[in-house]
Amino acid sequence: MNDTAAGRSTRSFMLGQLRNVAPLVTLIFLVAIFVIMSPSFATMGNFANILRQIAITAIMATGLTFVILCAEIDLSFAAIANTTGIVVAFFTLQESYVNIANVPLPGAFAILMAIITCILLGLVNAYGVTKIGIPSFIMTLAMMQIAAGISALLVRGQIAYAVPQLVRTLGSGNVMGVPWIVIIAALFLLVGHIILTYTRFGRYVYMVGGNREAAEFSGVNVKLVVGGALVIGAFCAGVAGMLGVAYFGSAQQNEFDDYLLDAIAAVVVGGTSLFGGKGGIPNTIIGLFVLGVLNNGLDHIDIDSFLKVLIRGLILLAALVINVYAQRLRAD
Amino acid sequence: MNPQPERTLLRLEAISKSFGGVQALNSVEFSLLAGEIHALVGENGAGKSTLMKIIAGVHTDYDGRMILRGDEVRFHSARNALDHGIGMVHQELCTVPDLSVAENVYLGHQPTTRFGAIDWGGMVRGAKEQLARLGLDLDPKGRLGDLPIGLQQLVELARVLFSGAEIIILDEPTSALSPPEIETLFAVLQRLKEEEGRSFVFISHFLEDVLAIADRITVFRNGELVATEAAATLDKKWIIQRMIGLGHTELEETYTSAVPLKSVAADAPILKVEGLSRRPDFEDVSFEVYPGEVLGIYGFMGCGQLELARALFGKIRPDRGRMSVDGKPCSFGNTADAKDAGIAFVPESRRSMLFADQPVFRNMSISILEHIDRIWLKPARERELARGHIKDLGVRPNDENALLRTLSGGNQQKVALGRWMTERPRVLVMCEPTRGMDVGAKEDVVRIVHELRDQGIGVIIVSTEPETVLSMANRVVVMRKGAIVGGFANRMIAKDDLLAAA
Repeated sequence: MNDTAAGRSTRSFMLGQLRNVAPLVTLIFLVAIFVIMSPSFATMGNFANILRQIAITAIMATGLTFVILCAEIDLSFAAIANTTGIVVAFFTLQESYVNIANVPLPGAFAILMAIITCILLGLVNAYGVTKIGIPSFIMTLAMMQIAAGISALLVRGQIAYAVPQLVRTLGSGNVMGVPWIVIIAALFLLVGHIILTYTRFGRYVYMVGGNREAAEFSGVNVKLVVGGALVIGAFCAGVAGMLGVAYFGSAQQNEFDDYLLDAIAAVVVGGTSLFGGKGGIPNTIIGLFVLGVLNNGLDHIDIDSFLKVLIRGLILLAALVINVYAQRLRAD
Repeated sequence: MNPQPERTLLRLEAISKSFGGVQALNSVEFSLLAGEIHALVGENGAGKSTLMKIIAGVHTDYDGRMILRGDEVRFHSARNALDHGIGMVHQELCTVPDLSVAENVYLGHQPTTRFGAIDWGGMVRGAKEQLARLGLDLDPKGRLGDLPIGLQQLVELARVLFSGAEIIILDEPTSALSPPEIETLFAVLQRLKEEEGRSFVFISHFLEDVLAIADRITVFRNGELVATEAAATLDKKWIIQRMIGLGHTELEETYTSAVPLKSVAADAPILKVEGLSRRPDFEDVSFEVYPGEVLGIYGFMGCGQLELARALFGKIRPDRGRMSVDGKPCSFGNTADAKDAGIAFVPESRRSMLFADQPVFRNMSISILEHIDRIWLKPARERELARGHIKDLGVRPNDENALLRTLSGGNQQKVALGRWMTERPRVLVMCEPTRGMDVGAKEDVVRIVHELRDQGIGVIIVSTEPETVLSMANRVVVMRKGAIVGGFANRMIAKDDLLAAA
């Protein structure tokens, strides 16, 4: 009796770790493939490239981890990032040839306006989901359009280049040879991890995601937790958008569209459950590297560039299958 | 084939089944004769439903052999069992409220026309006919969800009864039915048995029903089959003693005889509810709870008592009415407000209040985190508090780090109670506090509730089981169709009084 019980708990422990182990194995597998297939992949310079390439995704994915852990989804964060980046440019003095009716403010105020913007958009998401009761999938889909609309109205098809000095430094500058944006991304991931693991709010996020009804019957203010996660998601997106504008050197419509899929994929590929309650920032970090290595590595090997998109899609699918499969094994 | 006059239709040999580490059935031998009504009785959690779900192909992972009409069978799904002529009416309704009555009667086997389209006309006529045999005059085109819960259950019964199954398993079919509906049902069962030779397995904790309808009675206790006897030779007392085991005199009394209700010397009420309404669940409900008393709210399934309990805890909002705690008027926008006002809640389903994949201590600390810390978690303190509650409540295993899913039902319930032990609430609302527990765990929960009562907490017990209410309450109110229709205080009261009032 005791033996089988112990055997069962070992087995269930191993299955529980599958969601954490599988992404790591995927990562090691991908690295090994690219090291073998391309001599230019395994260099320090390329490693630095990968870090720079995943930095913006990482900031967005930090916020998204909170949302997905609550068993919600945010489809609007890339659009919110875009709007926030455009807002910070809108309140910065542009060159005379940029034909935008911008309102120049001192740099600190421009940044403040941008942060207020992303938090407000996050609050609208939170209000729609928790107070009105719109499913987050639909609410953030609407927000995606709303944010894109605000962006369009502000830039009217133009491209803005100037951003406040602080944003420029953090987005495209270096300190002792390390890009600031990589440091910021690491900082976001670290703070996100600390909040999720060591604070009361973080515990609530996991409990609400694990069993929302039970959290409610425990007297947890579930709406506050879900709303909080959505606002955190929008704030992270906003910061990523601001720094991204400096990183790319311009602010324009649809600049961050690719990040929607990348950040969601990073969180889920890392093993955070789409059903909520399981996973976390360490998983997201693994997921970010899987995505980063995949995107970067495919550029280092000599294959049909049109095939690369398909390969990327198939590898993401495989990772998602593992995610859902791990969930099912636990459920039995 | 079988020369015996009493033909054995179904035989189970050495059936065992466990969930996680909990043994639900231990080497059970069971047989069902052709053309008999076989009743299964036993406490909740004794294994009756588990055994029936194995027969009906719901649980497919078990040890032992099942022999149907002389051949060994092993079903891989409920559909598979139905194809072998075994149908089951589950305790929880398995109907589709948004479909019509006729569609529900024919769920899964709609009649089709020659062209493969659904034969709507035939379906409506057939449904009407079949419902008439149950003594029901319903509009087959009406939406099922608009019917009262008792009628919905009869529609589900009709579906399984007329699906052509030879063996029909009924899990608590009478719990939501009114006495005339029960009589009709019994008449139909008798007729199907005598005229068509069908066999029924009938699970019920209404022993009067069991004695009235069954040919043979089997008693389960703690996953073991205790006895199978011809019903004609048995009486209630015998059954109850087999059900709960000998030496539980106090508990036995709540089944067999009247227990005294005694109100507490009342100063001001802790909780006062006036004219609380939420259509269509409950209407104009008023009552008071005094410190140091246990108020039982009894009613049949679906009478609105669960919704009322949820409204008290801010899970759902009432349309009208007033509530006050310690004289302070309050209205709850969410459960956190209710908790802050001093109300604690334990719902009827442990799955909906506990976190299966989390350790015990997190399941206990979740309600009091704001009292332990402002921002940073203090896991050591959480564990320490949990250890104290585990000791006080007698939770097994004695380990605050054990994953909740590994605990038995009774121990999970103690964890659910432990959650409210650190910051004592003013009012504790418990729905079905002992559902699905063995006798020992039941007695523990009764003891804990009485301890809380003695500390001056007002306890509300909401239950569809008369025994549960009688084993705990000082005072009882009875609900029917969303309204309070009666109350019992300061008198002797027996199960029959409650059943008659509801």
